[in-house]
Amino acid sequence: MGMTISEKILAKASGRQKVEAGEYIVGKIDLAMIHDLTGPLTLNVMKEVGYDKPWDPEKVVIILDHQVPANSTVTAELHKQLRHYAKKHSIRNFHEVGRQGVCHQVLAESYVKPGMLVVGADSHTCSLGALGAFATGIGSTEMASVILTGEMWFRVPETIKFNLKNRLSKGVSAKDIILKIIGDMGVDGALYRAAEFSGDGVESLSVDSRLTMCNMAIEMGGKTGIVNPDKKTIEFTGVREAPLRSDPDAGYAAHYELDLGKLEPQVAMPHSVDNVKPISEVGEVEADQVFIGSCTNGRLEDLEAAASVIRGRKVKDGTRLIVIPASQRIYLEAERKGYIREFIEAGGVVCNPNCGPCLGGHMGILADGEVCVSTSNRNFIGRMGSTSSKVYLVSPETAAATAVEGKITDPRKYLR
Amino acid sequence: METRDKKIKEVQGRAWLFGDDIDTDVILPGKYLVLTDPNELAKHALEGLVSDFSRKISKGDIIVAGKNFGCGSSREHAPLALKYAGVGAVVARSFSRIFFRNAINIGLPVVVSKEARDVIKEGERLSIDLEGGFIIREDGSRLVVGKYPEFLLEILKDGGLLQNLKRRFGKEAKI
Repeated sequence: MGMTISEKILAKASGRQKVEAGEYIVGKIDLAMIHDLTGPLTLNVMKEVGYDKPWDPEKVVIILDHQVPANSTVTAELHKQLRHYAKKHSIRNFHEVGRQGVCHQVLAESYVKPGMLVVGADSHTCSLGALGAFATGIGSTEMASVILTGEMWFRVPETIKFNLKNRLSKGVSAKDIILKIIGDMGVDGALYRAAEFSGDGVESLSVDSRLTMCNMAIEMGGKTGIVNPDKKTIEFTGVREAPLRSDPDAGYAAHYELDLGKLEPQVAMPHSVDNVKPISEVGEVEADQVFIGSCTNGRLEDLEAAASVIRGRKVKDGTRLIVIPASQRIYLEAERKGYIREFIEAGGVVCNPNCGPCLGGHMGILADGEVCVSTSNRNFIGRMGSTSSKVYLVSPETAAATAVEGKITDPRKYLR
Repeated sequence: METRDKKIKEVQGRAWLFGDDIDTDVILPGKYLVLTDPNELAKHALEGLVSDFSRKISKGDIIVAGKNFGCGSSREHAPLALKYAGVGAVVARSFSRIFFRNAINIGLPVVVSKEARDVIKEGERLSIDLEGGFIIREDGSRLVVGKYPEFLLEILKDGGLLQNLKRRFGKEAKI
């Protein structure tokens, strides 16, 4: 029997010809990332250990992204600690305020290549599987161990194969695909497993779209989302070749099929990411706030889709729109293409790249009873602020249409 | 320095029952992630579900939950908050994998039991023998639970990955 791409990457990282699902291995890490909320705890652990020298400073990336620029003296201290650590050990890959973005997007733009074994002290590290890497989130103590040793134990996961067929229709995008899948699978439907997205439907999707899908693999418990690299991956990452791909006779724990051509926009209702309905069944939901951004949907393609709905229209009175590009690179490009101006002219606010209100820390926290329609990835109780607020998860197209009408709206009427 | 052959202490406490899919945002809301002192984090443990949880529980009490406990974020602040609030162990039908690793790494025992949530009663006095792999209920009956792989048991014996790292790196040049 052949191997899946996940098995091949873990075999390579552990110096073996072959590994099988269920085995425990120790893998050499190609890239380790910390950010301003999980990184300081990692530094605390190393301080306790009494030793903090990274195994390889070139393979450690530090990104300020959760509360940027600092919104309190407490946050400012966290940033200072990371800045100091980077300087002390000559870590060049430190992303200062103004030279950063949401960590997973920065990793995608500048660091991750197909076949790498990547860990990040953030659960959405699984996004990077979209580039044909094996990428997964870990905690801060584990990260201290990785930074000191360059290694980590893994249980080789079983893989679920998601075979996506045909093309999406207009006004439907990658977010709708992954919401539909999570709704079908449940929030633990891929627990401990790798979610491999394949089929002609995936091949037709851009790298931006694949990042959106892999980003949310964790929301069904997945250890990583992953896409076999193709021409688009090679072009995006600038590598010459990407030889690690799943064998045709690789073993899968389960198969799932979806016809993209039949998909309509999806909405994850409060308070669980698997509480998913097609938009036609959602009913009337008024929005106090609309958020377009995050590691899920803050990329150029997302801003472009939202701008195409907003263009020439206004945000509805009684609703506020917050747009946050996922990186400085995207921010500049969106500015150059005129999207930023369009959001502002419509009555929205555009913030500098960071995680924004997604986790209730900064830039758009919700008051009691408020409703946010968001392109982010979690709608847990209290996720974006008050425990009595509500979050609905949607695509950028749907979010933009919602901003225009002040209530959850099918974007297809604006995109014919 | 810890000795290698020590046994893990038995966990003893009363059961606190929770449902399925208890996520990291209700265990420790995102707005507290700027805190790094575990005792401060503890004050907000499970704030999204039980007000003043940390003041209501007694040291060693045991959370007994359904499937997918700890789903969501990789924030280690979540198991830290539980541990420093006094939680002795978490028993669940299943765990999210990052939470599971984090809990072991910080020395909070996590135990998988398919049946515990269905049979254990709120407030029931429990003890858990982690090495033996069973939960002893108030009536003296036992629930068999899965045993840890040897290397995970080693980390728990050390009281977490930190002690393990100290043993490996403690002799190297100091910060």
